Amino acid sequence: MTDLSDLSRPAAKPARVPRAGGAVAPAQLAVIVAGVGLLCIAPFLLYPVFLMKLLCFALFASAFNLLLGYTGLLSFGHAAFFGGAAYFTAHSVKVWGLPPELGVLVGVVGAAVLGLIMGAVAIRRQGIYFAMITLALSQMFFFFCLQAPFTHGEDGIQGVPRGHLLGFISLENSLNMYYFVLVMFVVGVFCGWRIVNSPFGNILKSIRENEARAISLGYSVQRYKLAAFVMSAALAGLAGSLKALVFQFATLTDVAWQMSGEVILMTLLGGIGTLLGPIIGGGLVVSLQNYLATSDVPVNILTGAIFMVCVLVFRRGIVGEIYASRIGRALGITHRH
Amino acid sequence: MSVAPATPPRTEPEVVLSARALRRDFGGFTAVNNVDLDVRHAHIHALIGPNGAGKTTVFNLLTKFLQPTSGTVTLLGEDITRTDPARVARMGLVRSFQISAVFPHLTVLDNVRVALQRPQGLATQFWRPLTSLNALNAKAAELLESVGLGADLATVAADLSYGRKRVLEIATTLALEPKVLLLDEPMAGMGQEDVAVIADLIREVARSRAVLMVEHNLSVVADLCDEVTVLQRGEILAAGDYATVSRNPQVREAYMGTEHD
Repeated sequence: MTDLSDLSRPAAKPARVPRAGGAVAPAQLAVIVAGVGLLCIAPFLLYPVFLMKLLCFALFASAFNLLLGYTGLLSFGHAAFFGGAAYFTAHSVKVWGLPPELGVLVGVVGAAVLGLIMGAVAIRRQGIYFAMITLALSQMFFFFCLQAPFTHGEDGIQGVPRGHLLGFISLENSLNMYYFVLVMFVVGVFCGWRIVNSPFGNILKSIRENEARAISLGYSVQRYKLAAFVMSAALAGLAGSLKALVFQFATLTDVAWQMSGEVILMTLLGGIGTLLGPIIGGGLVVSLQNYLATSDVPVNILTGAIFMVCVLVFRRGIVGEIYASRIGRALGITHRH
Repeated sequence: MSVAPATPPRTEPEVVLSARALRRDFGGFTAVNNVDLDVRHAHIHALIGPNGAGKTTVFNLLTKFLQPTSGTVTLLGEDITRTDPARVARMGLVRSFQISAVFPHLTVLDNVRVALQRPQGLATQFWRPLTSLNALNAKAAELLESVGLGADLATVAADLSYGRKRVLEIATTLALEPKVLLLDEPMAGMGQEDVAVIADLIREVARSRAVLMVEHNLSVVADLCDEVTVLQRGEILAAGDYATVSRNPQVREAYMGTEHD
């Protein structure tokens, strides 16, 4: 099997899912608790909208990592789920007048359905062909969004009301909105982690290790891959839906192919096949873009350079390198390989 | 109205896997042509032949990793000519591969657990923790114990010796309780000691199931196999027990040379 799923392999190998039981190392747990604690007090120190953007992209990257890092499938069309869900949520909240929680649900379900359709077509091919098919399908979706009346073409859906969560918590208040996003983020990341560290995730891992052997053991690998694809799409959709509520608009930017590329960069930079990697990677890229937005440095050139350095020097990504390093070993979070 | 016979009629062991007029073309090249094969319960059946004779292709056709151009394959009375490979495996026809097929980064125990997950109904739950798989540990450990890998449960499969990887592979296969076992060169590249271990294991395994194996080591074939089918250029050259086949002048000329009597 010479395909692009190999791309994920050498880098991901040392930084695979920890130990047999899927238990989290104490050091890792400490990092998670500290991180969530920090995120709880963060809106008092930093601009909440920036933080929410960060969380949305971190969740998006986590969703993408579920597919690349743990299933070995490189999708080049995840923008369709992210941006598609943003449109679905924006439309259902603004036009149908749904409350935000239902709006998010519409986005997630919509992204999952989209993932089922795209996945069913793409999953038949492997490696570069898989990536190209997902790219082609997401481009088709892009043009659909450009032409369809409900998306309002170049204008996008503007002025999306955030509404009241469960009917009484006003999300127009940015602190309320922030905590809603934070809870959804934690739930989303937990879902991804649970999927990976579950009986189902174990089969995904075995398929990535040796697909022919998995087939010969009676596993219909296409179905497992498709299921993983749909789950990844749904989580990416959750991220997109939240982003639409945070920024109160949905535009073509989120369904454009550049967004699919960006999420690959975030995941690679943070560390494929690690829980924290995509979160860190997503946070880093978003911070950089925000920081440089007001300066004269062209963002794209810099992120491109970072991407190259990442691929050339630290292929495991930031978190992956830490895991593989002496610090990681000392903390007991090294990975078997 | 029927009267029970005094002695049960002596019957040939039941045919569990059979192929009829199997053919596979790759473009203009016919890799396998007109192959008939009957694999019987509790028999060890060898498929031998020179390199490029189409042995592995026959394996792939039987297990549906390749689709035959024409011909039929029947497993336990059911036509599986157009069945997909995972389903064939679920029906009880499980294969090994020429290159040892373990999950290299999983432990020995985990390798067997992966095989047990599906039959035990623990394969699709994406909401349950990994610890739910610990329910399979006892069974997996017992199986590994029975093939002599009891001391290596926590070893990562990639760190096993080649021979032990093969043993692990067979143990993993046995976890599925297959009716028919297809082993593609189980002894290839092995030292004498390992060959003896695997031979014993295969003999043990074949007491309650059919085994079809591709094998180059003729002393192993002579020793182990009840029936031999010789392939040459994709066609059957001879079939029968080893003594019959090895007397066949065509076989001697084509494959065995003169050093084997």
